[in-house]
Amino acid sequence: MLLSPEWAAVLYLVAAVCFILALKGLGSPKTARRGNLIGAFGAVLAMVVVFLSTELDNVALILGVIAVGTIIAVPASRMVKMTQMPQLVALFNGVGGGAAALVALLELQHSSTLGAFIAIGFTLLIGSISFSGSVVTFLKLQELIPTRPMIFAGHAIVIVALVIVGLVGAAIVVIDDAVLASAGLGGIKTVAAIIMLFIGLALGALLVLPVGGADVPIVISLLNAGTGLAVAASGLVLGNTLLLVAGTLVGASGTILTREMAKAMGRSVTGTLFGAFRGGSTAGSTTVSDRPVRSSSAEDVAILLGYAQKVIVVPGYGLAVAQAQHTMADLATTLEAKGIEVIFGIHPVAGRMPGHMNVLLAEANVPYEVLKEMDEVNPQFKTADVALVVGANDVVNPAAKTSPGSPIYGMPILDVASARQVVFLKRSMRPGFAGIENELLYEPHTTLLFGDAKESLTKVLTAVKNL
Amino acid sequence: MDAITLLTFFVLSVFIGFEVVSKVSSTLHTPLMSGANAIHGIILVGAVIVAGQAESTLVLVVALIAVLLATVNLVGGFVVTDRMLTMFGGRAKAPAREEASP
Repeated sequence: MLLSPEWAAVLYLVAAVCFILALKGLGSPKTARRGNLIGAFGAVLAMVVVFLSTELDNVALILGVIAVGTIIAVPASRMVKMTQMPQLVALFNGVGGGAAALVALLELQHSSTLGAFIAIGFTLLIGSISFSGSVVTFLKLQELIPTRPMIFAGHAIVIVALVIVGLVGAAIVVIDDAVLASAGLGGIKTVAAIIMLFIGLALGALLVLPVGGADVPIVISLLNAGTGLAVAASGLVLGNTLLLVAGTLVGASGTILTREMAKAMGRSVTGTLFGAFRGGSTAGSTTVSDRPVRSSSAEDVAILLGYAQKVIVVPGYGLAVAQAQHTMADLATTLEAKGIEVIFGIHPVAGRMPGHMNVLLAEANVPYEVLKEMDEVNPQFKTADVALVVGANDVVNPAAKTSPGSPIYGMPILDVASARQVVFLKRSMRPGFAGIENELLYEPHTTLLFGDAKESLTKVLTAVKNL
Repeated sequence: MDAITLLTFFVLSVFIGFEVVSKVSSTLHTPLMSGANAIHGIILVGAVIVAGQAESTLVLVVALIAVLLATVNLVGGFVVTDRMLTMFGGRAKAPAREEASP
């Protein structure tokens, strides 16, 4: 071994400090990128230390597998479209939880203390819940399964039953080996551990399926915190302080972050997880209306925009999906050249996650100063001539204020209805991600332009230039 | 390491974790979550230890799966966070460029 245990401990401490600095740095836009790089440095340091300070067999094989993992992860992270980034983060979180659960399973035979057994039981359950839960959030965000809350008959009972079996399994894992051996149940621990792994997998899926699409980011954050705690518990099992500290940091900060995110969306964490069971989340989701709407041409929209004094753009996920950020930026520049004031109203959860839209617009070089956060922009709608809603729906839906039964009730929204004219660029009358209809579409001062966001914006841009 | 020391580490880390992320603007929630997500990929250290001390082929295979999963979490997490933050960097530079041009 090249490193003595003392040196290894010191260097692990350095790595732990790197992680603290990383989280601290990520809290402010100026230091965020440096913070992330410091975190990556800490991770590389820790990996070097583990290879130099531990008696390991199969080193070549392990390095080979790490290389394979890197070859998978780097292109996936580099190539993923920014619109699909939330589901990638969810997947990365899930595989981390899976890894923690497998480590705990394998450490079972090397453990002997009560504390270690409790930690193993915890990691087995939480790690596997995180794995399957993350896979379900991925499927929802990728729209491979329906985004609406999914509940089947007896759902809650099955969950309770699984929790009970899981706790029995945990009890078996925790009981002293000698006691089990004297009862003639020597090998039962491993069996119980494997059963717990599968119960965790089932629970993760069952807990996330009833969560509505719009709430998925909160769940990702919660599962992220859970994986952190599972990693911390593995640290206890292995007696590795770095895993303990790093995992706990993520668990604690993830919990705060989950709460903050829920607050920004006007949701409670328990309401997000269990709301569907109370049966309050289905209002409006199935009502398909054939009431008349005012649909118009790109030229009409161009005239509305061209003769306005102040335009507030509300970008949503539809803008991102159509890759229309750049056309939108061009349209804003063209309107500004005509002396029209253009600002962007960014809802905290515009896109799929808090801050997601800021990333997308930054990618299109929309200057920072015209991006206004919700609290800042809401009072300005009263003085705006046109609110241009591009591919957004739930974040401007007045049902959040007026309809207590609605799944988005209580979510703070952008107050576009108080603008003199509201223009929606939409693909179709299909409801938004939360699956509820938007009353605003039928208001007399609302105009709709149907079509792909990019095509519509391009037509409007040409028409504005020809005014 | 004795239980009390580990408990001390745990409790202090909880408080640091609470402290470092309070009052972060919602704009940065996504990168922060993604960065925290990368950090728990450090379970790779645990996976490597278990794989390196495996006594049977079955244990080795399961441990190597854990190594693979943890690597994807760790490496992918940091790379995707950096990519997100590069775009924030570009946004910060854009106004500076406008100031430079007359």
